[in-house]
Amino acid sequence: MLLRQGEPAAPPVAGPAHRLKAGTRGDGRLAAAFLAPALIGFGLFYLYPALRGAWYSMTDWNLLSRPRFVGLDNYARLLHDPLFWNALKVTGGYVVLNLGIQLVAGLGLAALLHRLTRSLVLRSLLVVPWLVPNVTTGLLWMWLLDADLGFLNHLLTGAGLPAQGFLTSPDLALPSVAVITSWSGTGYTALLLYAGMLLVPRHVYEAAALDGSGEIRTFFRVTLPLMRPILAFVLVVSLIDSFQLFDAVAVTTKGGPVNATRVIYHYIYEQAFTHFKMGYASALALSLVLVLGVLTFVQMRLLRASTSDLA
Amino acid sequence: MNRPFRIRIGRPLAWACLILAIVISLFPLYWMLRTAITPGRELAGDNAGLLPRHPTLLNFERVLGLTTREEARAAGGSGADLDFFRYLRNSILYTGLVTAVQTLLCAMAGYAFARLRFPGRDLLFGVFVAALMVPPIFTLLPNFVLVKELGWLDTVAGLVAPSLLMTPFAVFFLRQFFLGVPRDVEQAALIDGAGKGLIFWRVVLPMSRGPLLTLALTTAVWTWNDYLWPLLVAPGEETRVLTAALGIFLKQSPNTAPDWTGLMAGSVLSIIPVLLLVVFFGRRLVDSIQFSGMKG
Repeated sequence: MLLRQGEPAAPPVAGPAHRLKAGTRGDGRLAAAFLAPALIGFGLFYLYPALRGAWYSMTDWNLLSRPRFVGLDNYARLLHDPLFWNALKVTGGYVVLNLGIQLVAGLGLAALLHRLTRSLVLRSLLVVPWLVPNVTTGLLWMWLLDADLGFLNHLLTGAGLPAQGFLTSPDLALPSVAVITSWSGTGYTALLLYAGMLLVPRHVYEAAALDGSGEIRTFFRVTLPLMRPILAFVLVVSLIDSFQLFDAVAVTTKGGPVNATRVIYHYIYEQAFTHFKMGYASALALSLVLVLGVLTFVQMRLLRASTSDLA
Repeated sequence: MNRPFRIRIGRPLAWACLILAIVISLFPLYWMLRTAITPGRELAGDNAGLLPRHPTLLNFERVLGLTTREEARAAGGSGADLDFFRYLRNSILYTGLVTAVQTLLCAMAGYAFARLRFPGRDLLFGVFVAALMVPPIFTLLPNFVLVKELGWLDTVAGLVAPSLLMTPFAVFFLRQFFLGVPRDVEQAALIDGAGKGLIFWRVVLPMSRGPLLTLALTTAVWTWNDYLWPLLVAPGEETRVLTAALGIFLKQSPNTAPDWTGLMAGSVLSIIPVLLLVVFFGRRLVDSIQFSGMKG
């Protein structure tokens, strides 16, 4: 009677039950066999490169000659590098735009789904853009936003408005990139938020309706406040995600025009593989680790501060 | 009283908004296809109608390398050699290999962390979790150097190296799942005299098809979409995957007048597997996303 997979699932065992018990025999050899591949992979491609990256960040190295130790020079340089600060500013601007669009549109979509339909087909269709490879998304929108022949400019000129160089104007490039990534991410965000809305019990809505509260009032007074935990979760996950924007920029604007879309990830990439400043790029990358570390810390605090009001 | 009125107009209006959102999601993909079947030489004068005036499959033929260079150039290509059949095959190979091996090895590791007893387990797991927080670019630079030193540039080995054996996320995900598996199933098998290794293969793995499939789907989508790593380590014709090929295709295309019809034909090829995934695994994909929403 080895296989009993049809059995109904018992409630999950709580955490401490699987602690190492004193006196019980360990599973050392089996564990070693099961963990060996993962440990090799982790050591070679996570731990070792992390240590190497930290070392490179203290060298001057062009990938060809031998790395030359320069101490903290790269970090000193970074503090006085206007392009680094520009990259942080651009990244921040992008994060605000991207999160703004995705949260507002995602919430609206989630609310519509929640009130109108349980259709799986509609939900699947909404996540299709999220599944499209980033490069493809970039290419597609480069074409849609093309200054001469793009579909969007066709719509604009059809409405009697002047055509725009969406990706070539310094003012429009960053918002355009945010629109592109929002196109690909909003359906996904909406689904996350929709799942959060499903957790709000029906009787809460019934009570609101009995009190004569309308749709919109219920949404702002009941649904939104009860969704605080999931909102916090979505906010921080997309925040950290947005900080790592690369593909869309690399395809559409390559950081231009005049650094208007030179986000931090692209700046690091450019230092490393266009200018072959491996040491400086590593210092930049390590600084990004620190920035994201701070954000993650804030995330933890935020998540803890927002325990559900439903409990 | 305007309440009854608002209800009457509210619902159709809400539906209209939802349909608009679907249209915004899908119309660009339709436009991709529409452009891909437009003759390259006619695009400038035929860029607005819902259907091109003279639909053609020539753009697909030329990006798949089925036409001669002269024919491709006559159809609006830049004359660069394109072989999307090969890139498609490379992408399938890369995605399939990484997904299958990584899922299996991470299941073993996740099980070891969830169920086996050995000294230093929690500390080791803590180190894995810490790696979840490190942004990929930090390890990407030294990993590129390592693959270069190993002489693995433009090889399958270099392409799959960092993700084949494990990702911290996969190990973390499966450990969490195994922790929730009721212990009595394993206990019963233990009493029957089966070793823990055997129990893993015969009891735990078959029970875990759902989460394994969810993780495999996530890994497959992620690997299929991966751009920067394949572009850096395997840009060569032999090992080039679809995403890298599209990036290189764009670079080879003239800046002033990109070969849009060819680029869109290549783009269509890159999303066919994605659409198949939605058709066959739509429910599981949607459920797995919503599941992370509920956990949040």
